[in-house]
Amino acid sequence: MKTLVPESVRSKAEASLARFLIRNAVPILFTVLCLVGSYYARLPLKFLLNDIIVRMARNSFLVISLIIPVLAGLGLNFGIVLGAMAGQIAVITVTYWEIGGIAGFLLSMLLALPYAILFGWLTGILFNRAKGKEMIAGLILGFFANGLYQLVFLFLVGTIIPFRNEYMLLSTGIGLRNTVNLKGIHYALDNLLKVGVMGLNIPVATFASIVLLCLAIRFLFKTKLGQEFRSVGQNRYVAEVSGINVDRVRIIAVIFSTVLAAWGQLIFLQNIGTLNTYGSHVQVGTFAVAALLIGGATVSRATVGQALLGTFLFHLLFIISPLAGKNMMGSAQVGEYFRVFVAYGVIGVALALHAWQNITKKS
Amino acid sequence: MDEQYLLEIKNVSKEFFGNRVLKDVNLAVAPGKIHSLVGENGAGKSTLMNILFGMPVIHNTGGFSGEIWFDGKKVDIRSPEDAMNLGIGMVHQEFMLIPGFTITENIKLNREQTKHNLVSRVFGAKMKSLDFKLMRADARAALDVLGLTIDEMLPVAGLPVGYMQLIEIAREIDKRNVRLLVFDEPTAVLTEVEAQTLINAMRMLAEKGVSILFITHRLEEVLEVSEEITVLRDGEVVASLRAADATVERLAELMVGRKVEKVSLGRETQGITGSGRQVILELENLHVRMPGETVRGISMEVYKGEILGIGGLAGQGKLGIANGIMGLYPAEGRVVKEGKVVQMNNPASALANGLGFLSEDRRGVGLLLDQSIEFNIAITAVHCQDKFVKALCGVKLIDTKAITEHARRMIREVDIRCTGPQQLVRRLSGGNQQKVCIARALTLEPDVLFVSEPTRGIDVGAKRIVLELLVRLNRELGMTIVVTSSELAELRAICDRIAIVYRGRLEGILSPDASDREFGLMMTGEKPGRREVS
Repeated sequence: MKTLVPESVRSKAEASLARFLIRNAVPILFTVLCLVGSYYARLPLKFLLNDIIVRMARNSFLVISLIIPVLAGLGLNFGIVLGAMAGQIAVITVTYWEIGGIAGFLLSMLLALPYAILFGWLTGILFNRAKGKEMIAGLILGFFANGLYQLVFLFLVGTIIPFRNEYMLLSTGIGLRNTVNLKGIHYALDNLLKVGVMGLNIPVATFASIVLLCLAIRFLFKTKLGQEFRSVGQNRYVAEVSGINVDRVRIIAVIFSTVLAAWGQLIFLQNIGTLNTYGSHVQVGTFAVAALLIGGATVSRATVGQALLGTFLFHLLFIISPLAGKNMMGSAQVGEYFRVFVAYGVIGVALALHAWQNITKKS
Repeated sequence: MDEQYLLEIKNVSKEFFGNRVLKDVNLAVAPGKIHSLVGENGAGKSTLMNILFGMPVIHNTGGFSGEIWFDGKKVDIRSPEDAMNLGIGMVHQEFMLIPGFTITENIKLNREQTKHNLVSRVFGAKMKSLDFKLMRADARAALDVLGLTIDEMLPVAGLPVGYMQLIEIAREIDKRNVRLLVFDEPTAVLTEVEAQTLINAMRMLAEKGVSILFITHRLEEVLEVSEEITVLRDGEVVASLRAADATVERLAELMVGRKVEKVSLGRETQGITGSGRQVILELENLHVRMPGETVRGISMEVYKGEILGIGGLAGQGKLGIANGIMGLYPAEGRVVKEGKVVQMNNPASALANGLGFLSEDRRGVGLLLDQSIEFNIAITAVHCQDKFVKALCGVKLIDTKAITEHARRMIREVDIRCTGPQQLVRRLSGGNQQKVCIARALTLEPDVLFVSEPTRGIDVGAKRIVLELLVRLNRELGMTIVVTSSELAELRAICDRIAIVYRGRLEGILSPDASDREFGLMMTGEKPGRREVS
């Protein structure tokens, strides 16, 4: 704008630099932390890179699954825990049928789809009843769904649900074991096409699927539906008046997110190779949310780039913090403690900032 | 039957929780005609329009009784989408624009041009890509109709208010099937030039066969543009007349239901024009970066006990002055209040120095709409002056009892029409919201009160009350008041001196008794020579 007072041209440049710093304060802070941590961890670079490649491949999909609800104004979808459950239901079924390899993996993706759509639809209905409080609703919904999940897999499996597999069931014959070996689909996607470059193992197929997802999201936001997501996200009332069916658009956004989370959890599990039946899904929501926020996203703004950057920084911190803590303080626990403290602190601060902005700029 | 009418509203009544807001309203609009609907705030105009648009707020509160006929058929409008499909469009009082979107995206909101791609052929129309080239062309065409040269790819956020309104109208123009267009007080926030552009656009649309329902407070405009006029008072139609038979006085009388006289309050100068006057506030080379209202170096003095008016055309910077002094927009320069320097860009410092501010943007920065009246009145005083705070074991607690008591007194004093101090501010009419703002400013007990556009968007009756209140504050409490207003007549009615701002600079200071010619010349920057009131 040409409406500037002349003397302030320099201060404008300073202001825009300051704005850049403030806007990206979180990723910058974490980059610094990671650099310092990496220095003190004294890990061989190759080991560090290999580890980060594994973790990026494993987690990026889950983090990216959060983007659509953020842009549709639903905030951070802690409800992706339900998506993770849908993925796990599919993976348990596929393992029970003893279908392995990439066929088993693709089948599990297909199987997860109806569950995820159903869960996403129900979550969406709940979110529509709790407009403006989607995040807390999603968080609690995750706990509630966990209860149902335990009911199904601890008591109904082997009794009502016919399930005969002594490797998967507890010794009583009722309920799934705490850990289920997923050797059938272990590395099904990762090893589909693995390329070694200078000692680094790159799971090309997994990264290709992540890239595909990124492109799909970019494409989505150039479509009519994407524009509806954005309209609803920016101002629900205006969207409503313009004839957009706000509730429906919000449900669609949640379904997208839940389905992507289900697939993301499948990618995660095929890499890990074992299913922690009652634990794998529990922290999916909080970890993915923390990663996204660390990448510089906010409750109302998120990009694919932020998701990837955040995943990178969050998991780099995961890798280095125990060693850095040990080398700096003489105890790996300190590093662990610091990492957990910072990760959850980021979520807390981001939510508080959002609430504060809402109050000050309300309507 | 009544083929000659496009829209007929028959015997429509509506109750909100036992509170009757519309009673047997009848209204008919002919094709290609401009029909005006006038009435005070709270007369039921907005409710009638909500019914016409099938807004959820109507159906969630038990619907309404009566019938709506459109194009000779009885219609049942259950949602805004239904209304839109019938060809009813609306230009809203509150901006129905998405600030983060570009002008094009806003104009084409939910009517985007799309083109097929691989995915959409499988998954359906929702997955079609947006065709920005076509969208831009359409937006451009609609803007051209209104004579707007602005770049259609600019984001809406940060545009001047007048532009936003015109963009909203461009959106309605862009709807090809539109047959009835409702203008809900579109000129309330516009300057006269912008309003004229708007009225021309309305005429043009009517010529093209679009019926227009025009809701406004500006009676001159009603007479100028419309053919039929319906007057609504307290939810009832009190008159339905042809524009040719109406006069401003008669309309105002019908609307308010009592005789309206021109606002002109006795002015008693309190030694502020003599040599004994004291300077209470001094501005030195004030620059303010407020989008659309930039101030480029203003120096002037405000005298103790006076009412100083700041006038000028929209966009010349008059609004920037108060906003800059109060630290709401980035400012440079020096402001001295009774010998003490007020820190720039620091609202707390301005408030601590006894400066109070009534913003022109009541809904944006002025009020917390989802909070109660009493909370709104007290909040600033609680924060800045530790008023209504009691200490309990060293912990500061808000004294809700004192707040309620204070709010009750304020409601009485400034005459806020409400159900009680706990009522949410969102539910109040524009005039009453303004009074809440005044009450809050008074709670701070400022020495100097800045008031911007105090009567914007409120009806004739409330306008007078607000102006009278300002004068009373000045006379009875000795408060120095700086009023910024686009309505010159209003400034001339209550001010002791009027400063005219042109291109961000002080053009001159006139006495309220100066001639129209002098004011006109100064406002357009063609002053014959600077003239001070001594």
